[in-house]
Amino acid sequence: MRRLSTAILLALAPSAAFADTMPQMDFQNPLTLDQVGWMAVILVVLYLLLSRWGLPQVGKVLESRAAVIAADLAAARQAKKEADDAVAALNATIAQARAVAQAEVAKAVNDAKAKAAAEAATLAAALEAKLEAAEAQIATARAAALAAIRPVAAEAANTILLKLTGAPPAEDQLAPRLDAALAARKVA
Amino acid sequence: MAAPSIDALGQFGLTTGLGQLGRALHFTNSNEAMLAAAVVIVGIFALGLQARALVPGRMQSLVELLYEFVRNMCVDTIGEEGLRFFPLVFTIFAFILIGNLIGLFPYFFAFTSHIAVTLALALFVFVFSTGVGFYTHGFRFFKFFVPSGVPGWLLPLLVPIEIISYLSRPVSLSVRLFANMTAGHVMWEVFAGFMLLLTASLGVVGAFASVVPLGLNVALAALELLVAGLQAYVFAILTCLYLHDAVHMH
Repeated sequence: MRRLSTAILLALAPSAAFADTMPQMDFQNPLTLDQVGWMAVILVVLYLLLSRWGLPQVGKVLESRAAVIAADLAAARQAKKEADDAVAALNATIAQARAVAQAEVAKAVNDAKAKAAAEAATLAAALEAKLEAAEAQIATARAAALAAIRPVAAEAANTILLKLTGAPPAEDQLAPRLDAALAARKVA
Repeated sequence: MAAPSIDALGQFGLTTGLGQLGRALHFTNSNEAMLAAAVVIVGIFALGLQARALVPGRMQSLVELLYEFVRNMCVDTIGEEGLRFFPLVFTIFAFILIGNLIGLFPYFFAFTSHIAVTLALALFVFVFSTGVGFYTHGFRFFKFFVPSGVPGWLLPLLVPIEIISYLSRPVSLSVRLFANMTAGHVMWEVFAGFMLLLTASLGVVGAFASVVPLGLNVALAALELLVAGLQAYVFAILTCLYLHDAVHMH
């Protein structure tokens, strides 16, 4: 084995030319193999320390950091979701309020229009009634006036004929003529 | 005055560490460096785990970076099953990485430059991944050496090649790390020795001329920093690849 490893060293390592004097190749020295025994002891202790204490502790630190980051991210996502929901609710409320307000405005406008139309109709009816009353009054006055014309005309005709003839006209001859004359003037 | 000579290999010599106790227990200077690496790793974890802040500080970032780097390497290479092997791969990666890095400091021993160390690590990975393969698939794991979709008459040729390539895994895994670390440290020592030789032989001129090997060593320091990280990564990712083969058989 020793000769084999020396041969490999001669082939591979540039410093193997010193093989005869190399302390690394001096397997006659018991310390060369003793160091391996102590290395085994040191490595076993180191392995136990690292595998039982060091590495799991570092793993815990990394895990707790990952957990904190994950929790923070989840909290941030939750907060964002809440904010989004609040914005959506706000938008919905605004839209609803706008719709309500528009409905109110439309209702008020319609009411006002209806009221104005009703008032206009009432006013028109009142004016119509007054107009009719006035027309009726005019007709009455006209009828009264027309009715007053015949006696006046009859008296005037009587007086005129009396002055002209000296005798009052016959009542039965005067009345038809008077009626005809008034009818011709369309006042009877 | 004796002329200085370049002793490029003396830095790899093993002695006993920790004084009398170390001598009694055969605790070597390379084990001192291993202990230092383990203490540095545990220290990084202890410091990094102090605050446990949501927004990490420097040390916590370092620990988390290392953790996630190796964890992703395991999951990406082996799959979700790789998490079972994550502590093992992490221990090997951290041990080699910190060992390579503290080996770059003066007076520190680079234990990854010892073939006995790297071969032991590689053999452990090899035996462990083979064991995982047989544990997961039973005797069907032998099918791993039979490439699918190959005409039958080629199998007598291909199966031995597959077996040899499988058996050579621990060799290439260990020699790659050992050779890289050794070569880097030897080159450092050689260039540093040039500076002493130049100064000793040429005097003042040599002292000025030794700026050249010094500059080379500075550049080499950057390269060795890269190699230290890269070789630890290569060792860890190959460990993951072998475990992937053991778990998935393809």
